[in-house]
Amino acid sequence: MKMVERETPTGVEAGRDEWEQLTLLPFTARRPERRESFRTLSGTELQRLYTPADIAESDYLRDTGFPGQPPFTRGPYATMYRAQPWTMRQIAGFGTADDTNQRFRYLIAQGQTGISTDFDMPTLMGYDSDDPRSEGEVGREGVAVDSVDDVLALYKDIDLEKISVSMTINPSAWVVFAMYLVAAEERGFDWKKLSGTIQNDIVKEYISQKEWVYPPRPAMRLVRDSIAFSVRHLPHYNPVNVSGYHTREAGSTAIQEVAFTLAAGAAYVDEVRKLGVGVDEFAPRLSFFFVSQIDFLEEVAKFRAARRIWARMMKDRFGATKPEAMRLRFHTQTAGASCTAREPLNNIARTAIEALAAVLGGTQSLHTNGYDEALSIPSEPAMKIALRTQQIIAEETGVAGTIDALAGSYAIERLTSDIEAACLEYFAEIDKRGGVVRCIEDNYFQQEIADAAYDLYKRKERHEWELVGVTKYRDNSANPHVELHHVDEAASQRQLEKLAATKARRDEKKVEAALAEVARVAATDENIMPATIEAVRVRATGGEIVNVLRPIFGTYVETPIF
Amino acid sequence: MPIKVLVAKPGLDGHDRGAKIVARALRDAGMEVVYTGLHQTPEMIVTAAVQEDVDVIGISILSGAHMTVFPKVLKLLGERGVDDIVVIGGGVIQEADGPKLKALGVRELFDSDATTQDLIDGIERVVAEFGRAQKRTDAARSTA
Amino acid sequence: MAAAAPRTIALVVQRDLARAITAIENGYASASAAGDTLPPRRESAPAYVVGVTGPPGAGKSTLVDRLIESFRSNGDSVAVIAVDPSSPFTHGAVLGDRVRMQRHSGDHGVFIRSMASRESGGGIAPTTHHAIALASRAGFDVVIVETVGVGQVELEVVGVADVVIVVTVPALGDSVQTIKAGLTEIADLFVVNMADRPGANKTSVDLKHMVRESGKSIPVLQTIARDGTGVGEVMAALTESRGHHHTNAARSVRFDVVREVRDRAVRRALDVLDGSRGRSILERLANREMTRAVAREELLDLALEEVIHAD
Repeated sequence: MKMVERETPTGVEAGRDEWEQLTLLPFTARRPERRESFRTLSGTELQRLYTPADIAESDYLRDTGFPGQPPFTRGPYATMYRAQPWTMRQIAGFGTADDTNQRFRYLIAQGQTGISTDFDMPTLMGYDSDDPRSEGEVGREGVAVDSVDDVLALYKDIDLEKISVSMTINPSAWVVFAMYLVAAEERGFDWKKLSGTIQNDIVKEYISQKEWVYPPRPAMRLVRDSIAFSVRHLPHYNPVNVSGYHTREAGSTAIQEVAFTLAAGAAYVDEVRKLGVGVDEFAPRLSFFFVSQIDFLEEVAKFRAARRIWARMMKDRFGATKPEAMRLRFHTQTAGASCTAREPLNNIARTAIEALAAVLGGTQSLHTNGYDEALSIPSEPAMKIALRTQQIIAEETGVAGTIDALAGSYAIERLTSDIEAACLEYFAEIDKRGGVVRCIEDNYFQQEIADAAYDLYKRKERHEWELVGVTKYRDNSANPHVELHHVDEAASQRQLEKLAATKARRDEKKVEAALAEVARVAATDENIMPATIEAVRVRATGGEIVNVLRPIFGTYVETPIF
Repeated sequence: MPIKVLVAKPGLDGHDRGAKIVARALRDAGMEVVYTGLHQTPEMIVTAAVQEDVDVIGISILSGAHMTVFPKVLKLLGERGVDDIVVIGGGVIQEADGPKLKALGVRELFDSDATTQDLIDGIERVVAEFGRAQKRTDAARSTA
Repeated sequence: MAAAAPRTIALVVQRDLARAITAIENGYASASAAGDTLPPRRESAPAYVVGVTGPPGAGKSTLVDRLIESFRSNGDSVAVIAVDPSSPFTHGAVLGDRVRMQRHSGDHGVFIRSMASRESGGGIAPTTHHAIALASRAGFDVVIVETVGVGQVELEVVGVADVVIVVTVPALGDSVQTIKAGLTEIADLFVVNMADRPGANKTSVDLKHMVRESGKSIPVLQTIARDGTGVGEVMAALTESRGHHHTNAARSVRFDVVREVRDRAVRRALDVLDGSRGRSILERLANREMTRAVAREELLDLALEEVIHAD
């Protein structure tokens, strides 16, 4: 690894020794440092000072390179934000599809450039709004979608060929994907022109977000089928968004976030390759999703490391030859877990710093949290400030004018390399344990995350990691009042009526036959998407389609890990 | 005797980071913690609480369905002839709903910024004030 | 086997059973008085008690979930006592086994109770045998006891169960070797779970070899508890054993007596160590007036004298 053409940094090391003796030691003797060690949010110890000696083993052309070229450390595209800024994509979803459609149109009017859809818990978990399990949760934390009629209402008057639409949904993703395709078709749009993303990342559900229906293996097959279908019919659509966000929000370290997410990405690559699809063919359509947490330097390094690791993995492990198949593109959301319920306006400052880290880390799209994140789903004023935060970064700060501005920082480059090295250790461990699915079944990821979460919690309790306004500088007078999102209690009733109306209009015989066909296909190895699309077209509901597979696939029960 | 707590996760969401940290912290504080797992209905929570005969049910809820879940749990406890298990809650519960839940019989609510020490102290307090352990010990002694 | 209508236990009896277990666990009531709130058992024979033991991660709870399902389809009412470890430092515990059995939650013929192991080190809690007796009195046909599963041989389940299932998994092949000594002493049935994993057959062969060497005839079965594969064979073996489970009574009583002797000895030893003579030795150790080895010898003499010469 040692570079021959580079001067050995003895000069720097000698200088550093001298500095420690002459300047540092006398100074700390008079004024000791305020802590013995400084650790990142993830627990990595930071050095007092980084110098060229810390990056002596790194080779610029090999490890850093140029934007738009492997290993993409400096960014996935040649001009980055000089061509166009990242997509400002605020997620929204509440009440019925009509309610959310209003919010989308408001955000587009405010200058938002992409749409991102948050579904309610029943939709995410494959229950219809009229299922007893859904009581109290219909339209509460996202929008309720039972049938293709709801999807039509959700994107009403929005040009699906022009604006990219993201959908955050997982265990029931293949059904909602089918609904989206049928809705687009019924409105006369060409599938080949649709752009957007469906999250569809089941691995991280078992690891961290904990939304599931079926056991991992049949669930992986549903992901595989939807990727394969999408690659064939929707050349501009991202059929999976491999997500580290939830893993980090569940308490992982930055290293675990990257390692487990890229390992999941590799597992999907393996699955799809089994169908005989070439890696260069579908890998360009894989997209990723990370959090941007509050530890600024660590986060910037994390994004850069993620791109480099993925490029190398795609090339070395999977034999990708096209640069696009090695190029990691990702969406970022600022960290919900960093937001506090006390003094909620402080979250505006946190979110701005996190957003800046995402931009300096080279994100392709970004959601900034509302200041009320720890209290409820965002109110309209909270969303507006969150969007304005992104616009200020893009238009006022100047950081969008040059590419990967922090490259070459001794600290950033060293942290980038350290994160990469730590991730490679995790990959080796995962392989040793029999791969990603086996690690899920054996609770390996879950245990690693639970331990990291508890460790961070303990650090907060010991005041080794402070939260301003909560663990430090706490003001125990009344918490400042902010207006929160108003929950429309009547929305669930309206949704139940809409569902009943859809059921009243449809041909039950056709629905039964279509559901039987979905079940038949599920028991074979055929692609499940065409049968699902047909079922959706005749207005079978999401819950009906999910339920018809339960006896075939089984249901998942977790083994709780503490 | 150790306080026995049911840490319950109702609703369809999977936000169990808080519940698990709580379970671990209460264990470290010497309590016996029964964890229900995710996605529990009020019926499942009450069945577990009765079979485990816990001192406290701690409901961790972030899905916004608290005004549905808490009343149901309290009602079902009554129907099962249980009046001495203390119900408390934590998670994202909007300020305005706090007094309503307290009026229904929820003894304590913790927001997402509460420390585990807040929680431990709170549990010890509600058990001392509303719990049954003391009552039962006295009853057993008087009949012995 | 003809499926009878699955039997249920009145919810009020289940509530009183739960409270009676608490009373005995926490020492509010004596073993004889704790069950007074329960109606007398109507069946002449006591409940059939199945012990399930094995290392952590072997899938014991998942197997128990399948056994509940099978006993229910035969009509038996089932109580489960699932024991999890207490922290030796804080005495706290996290009890999570019931998560794997939650689909039986709405079934009034199934009662699931977690117990922390408290001070006990043998895989069950000090009052588990009382909890089993109470569940039997409450009318349950079958009681399944799931041990702690912390790795070492958990012998004590033998003292409370009519039949003991030892569960292991292929990946834990090494542990078969390490716990070999005790295994055939306690097992009535070996189950190699997660049999779809590599090494399952080798583990089965190893176990069969071990059984042969011990001169016993203990069945070795394979299951995939996750999807129910092989559970029918386990149930068949249990049914067979249930027909003549009185043969286990001698073994069970033997262990029961050993446990009782040990428990009393430990209580006496602790009394001495916490008494004035014990404390003064410990103080001198703390003040560096004697070495650790000397302190140990003196305390041991003190405790053994009390235990052995006890009346």
